[in-house]
Amino acid sequence: MEFAELIKTPRVDGVDLHRPFMPTVEGTLCLTGHHLILSSRQDNTEELWLLHANIDSIEKRFVGSLGTIIVKCKDLRVIQLDIPGMEECLNIASSIEALSTLDSVSLMYPFFYRPLFEVIEDGWQLFVPEEAFKDLESMTDEWRLSEVNKDFSVCPSYPSLLTVPKDIDDESLCKAASFRHGGRFPVLSYYHKKNGMVMMRAAQPLTGTNGRRCKEDEKLINATLCAGKRGYIIDTRTIAVAQQAKARGGGFEQEANYPQWRRIHKAIERSNVLQDSLIKLVEACNDQSHSMDRWLSKLEASNWQSKVKEILTTACLAAQCIDREGASVLVHGTEGTDSTLQVTSLAQIILDPACRTIRGFEVLIEREWLQAGHPFQQRCAQSAYSNGKPRSEAPVFLLFLDCVWQILRQFPCSFQFNENLLIMFFEHAYASQFGTFLGNCVAERVKLQLSQKTVSLWSWVNRPQELERFLNPLYEPNNLVIWPSVAPQSLLLWEGVFLRWNRSTKCLDEACQEMVHIIEYNKELQNKVNSLRRQLAQLETEESPLQTP
Amino acid sequence: MEHIRTPKVEQVKLLDRFSNKSVTGTLHLTATHLIFVESNSTSAQEIWILHHHIASVEKLSLTTSGCPLLIQCRNFRLVHFVIPRERDCHDIYSSLLRLLRPVSYDELYAFSYNPKQNDQQREEGWQLIDLAAEFERMGVPCDQWQLTDVNREYKTYPRDLYVPITASKPIIIGSSKFRSKGRFPVLTYFYQEKKAAVCRCSQPLSGFSARCLEDEHMLQAISKANHNSRYIYVMDTRPKLNALANRAAGKGYENEDNYPNIRFQFVGIENIHVMRGSLQKLLEVMGTRSLSMTDYLVGLENSGWLRHIKAIMDAAIFLAKAVTDEGASVLVHCSDGWDRTAQVCALGSLLLDPYYRTIKGFMVLIEKDWISFGHKFADRCDQLDPDPKEVSPIFTQFLECVWQLTEQFPQAFEFSEWFLIQIHEHVHSCQFGNFLGNSQRQREDLQLKERTYSLWAHLLSEKQNYLNPVYSPSFAESHPVLEPSTQAYHFKFWRNMYHQYDRSMHPRQSILKHVLTLKESNRELEGTVQALKTVSSPQEFAPDTSKRAQSPSPTSVSYPGSVWRGGQGRCSGQYWQRTDCRG
Repeated sequence: MEFAELIKTPRVDGVDLHRPFMPTVEGTLCLTGHHLILSSRQDNTEELWLLHANIDSIEKRFVGSLGTIIVKCKDLRVIQLDIPGMEECLNIASSIEALSTLDSVSLMYPFFYRPLFEVIEDGWQLFVPEEAFKDLESMTDEWRLSEVNKDFSVCPSYPSLLTVPKDIDDESLCKAASFRHGGRFPVLSYYHKKNGMVMMRAAQPLTGTNGRRCKEDEKLINATLCAGKRGYIIDTRTIAVAQQAKARGGGFEQEANYPQWRRIHKAIERSNVLQDSLIKLVEACNDQSHSMDRWLSKLEASNWQSKVKEILTTACLAAQCIDREGASVLVHGTEGTDSTLQVTSLAQIILDPACRTIRGFEVLIEREWLQAGHPFQQRCAQSAYSNGKPRSEAPVFLLFLDCVWQILRQFPCSFQFNENLLIMFFEHAYASQFGTFLGNCVAERVKLQLSQKTVSLWSWVNRPQELERFLNPLYEPNNLVIWPSVAPQSLLLWEGVFLRWNRSTKCLDEACQEMVHIIEYNKELQNKVNSLRRQLAQLETEESPLQTP
Repeated sequence: MEHIRTPKVEQVKLLDRFSNKSVTGTLHLTATHLIFVESNSTSAQEIWILHHHIASVEKLSLTTSGCPLLIQCRNFRLVHFVIPRERDCHDIYSSLLRLLRPVSYDELYAFSYNPKQNDQQREEGWQLIDLAAEFERMGVPCDQWQLTDVNREYKTYPRDLYVPITASKPIIIGSSKFRSKGRFPVLTYFYQEKKAAVCRCSQPLSGFSARCLEDEHMLQAISKANHNSRYIYVMDTRPKLNALANRAAGKGYENEDNYPNIRFQFVGIENIHVMRGSLQKLLEVMGTRSLSMTDYLVGLENSGWLRHIKAIMDAAIFLAKAVTDEGASVLVHCSDGWDRTAQVCALGSLLLDPYYRTIKGFMVLIEKDWISFGHKFADRCDQLDPDPKEVSPIFTQFLECVWQLTEQFPQAFEFSEWFLIQIHEHVHSCQFGNFLGNSQRQREDLQLKERTYSLWAHLLSEKQNYLNPVYSPSFAESHPVLEPSTQAYHFKFWRNMYHQYDRSMHPRQSILKHVLTLKESNRELEGTVQALKTVSSPQEFAPDTSKRAQSPSPTSVSYPGSVWRGGQGRCSGQYWQRTDCRG
């Protein structure tokens, strides 16, 4: 392995580590192929283990022979290392730079990571399309599982098995695929048990400037409508953006060709500016000026909260069409891999109580993000501290998690999981010892043999010891549709992520513990009362034969 | 009653403020309330609006469905009725106009409100808060501070005042002549641990060059009363520019050359007019329908509201630091010493002393720094024949600062935000005597203790509604002094205050209520466990807790404006807004 070539100085003694709200730690800095480690070599002090993959960027400074490296992480943490000796510092810095920007996926840590725990349940088997389809089959017989994309040739970013209307044969699917961007023809995303309405997703139709049409595509989506019913197409782009797409061969469904569908345009697909928005937001959160006006104007200028509001509004709209209007919905933007997935997955959280359980939420991420072909590797290559010009980085997934957090805040008793689970998914999407978020689509993951060569995040999370951290003590299963408020006054900054390293949470954590204590004590008392009642009943039955002669 | 022309109107529509929804019902007008009763509904909601809560009534131009009547309340409720017949609307409108402008104190609700208590209960209610006992709790009088009877003919100050032992009567009288409205420096809080005093007064009448030896002596006496520090801080809570402008009118601020042992500091809290304008702007923005995130954040910034809140907090933190870190005494003033001074002294004391973070202690704090020291509640809260230029949300800002602190220190306060909101409600309701009038003197003249009831007794009787379930008394031991962060992002918009009646904006499930219910249930279960143990083993000695087992189930707690639904929120047309195009 050529890691050794990149590490000129593997070890430096007498390094000071500075972190906000924590005491300075002095210790030995070690570089390995995948980690930056700082150890004080004393008992009771924690060591710092930082994945190189988590490092977004570094800055170097020198005062005399003392070098300082500021390490900015993808999880938004900023730490400072004071390294004695200029040469050592330069060596360390260049090693970190090289090791944190390795191009080859197969050199990533998940391929080297060996779990210290026993894998009880293989996370790679968390979501099995065949089994999910069995569930669907028990509710409706109008769908089938197609193998048309078995070798990923019809649509490279789709998984091999897809749920499509029963009456549409594979040949039609291929034709529809050739009419949709990236071959992403309309497939089933969600079936609403309550009224049999469905949500589908796709990429934009390739109508182009001359208004090309595709009978198979029309037939495919019409097959999902009940007789005499209209459906809604939710285009995540504004009408202007959708119009412009025509010039590049894309476009949108023309009313004339899709008379049974009503099209609604929203303005959430602007993934090229999302990265900029994240950078500005994090910059605002790290501003130490204490000025109210400055904070509010920077928060506004970042546009992040606006995006949260727009995405949530669109998801609510999709859910409303399905649940309230009793109509089926097709969602797409341009490529159908970003804003489309935000909308379809959030709408399911609103509509489907199963998605609000831990397992259900994991399945949702697996199904609507990983299998649906959200390009995690491209989108999460860099985070808020990246210096370079963004290529295809965009915090699409983080925005989705933020929206979930907003709903969780408004329905704190309706989710089995707590905020920690969302934060953990954010961290692992950007840097992880697990293979789950590697690659950009199923085809790539198969090629990388991730399920054989790496451990799945789900294998780790779903261990009872780990799950405990992510459980919401307030959870009371709730089978209803939950409609969040999207008023700006109801949407908050996600402090757990964006202010995580900028504030002391001691007081908040302790309050939270107290709350957990009250809840647990209640359960304990209830058990005690029940067992005492049982005892009493037993005593009474023992006594009763004496009373009745 | 002679003002009520139409006591009842049917088929009135109540429009939702933020969506296109409406409900129909009957409007009733009584001598004290405007009541809307929803018809044809299983969960017929009723809205009771006290006339005193109404800030303005507006009759909008006639529409096809009727005549719209817009009512804006001081507790931030905004209701929009549509009354079918214009005549009815006009009757209601003109009746309300008369009813919401009482011309004498006797017309206020407090004088007719009767909670079915006898005289003894009422008296006990008024005796709940005893300020002399409060000063005793702080350790005053002591060898450095004493009670003075100089203010027997009191005006805006209370009768009982505490001054340094060394301040003789001539010094006090001389000093009071050199201070606006005669409000000379007096003690408001004594920090026993360091023998440091928090004193308050109004601005000196220094003009450009005037000085007053007695006043200088007075400050010297305050300084000498504290052996821990050679100097005292004088905090002028106004922006420097305002203080300078006051000099031209013969007022101003202390010249450090004449007061040798002071450290003078401006802290820059804006005046009542700026604060009034700021709240108006804030409410305007927040009342906008289908408000965008950009307009919300820009509006929040432009209103300056949170900036002002932060300025008050910064000042209180400055005060608390001077007292605890340096052991120095602090003298606080603004212009008249009853607005900004009250805010800073009260909030500063709250940071210093955990007692003020309890329910009872908070009542004492309000009674001391606001009511007794003459915050002009009648003028600021628009109680009677108002001068719009005197109205200002000074007390509201104080409550909000406390709320901001509860957000940073969730375990430090015995009460929840609903306690603050309920106090705010009653500062404007004129249902209880506590906040009527502008000064202690005026309250005595009105014989409030004989003729009205005390809010504090009422609030204590429903204390369980206002408890903070995660309050930890031991927090006070580990954090006797609160040191809040002043990072801007810690200051948030207080939705539950300013939108307390806009249900659609609140979280659909309330953690607070959930945990409070559990805690109540824990208490009950503990009783049941004891009772069961006693029954199942009667020979065993069991403490007499069986009574608790029979205690009635927790009374259902209702929170103003809070929504507790099993889960389903409302799905309104809100998601359709801002759609670019509908194909």
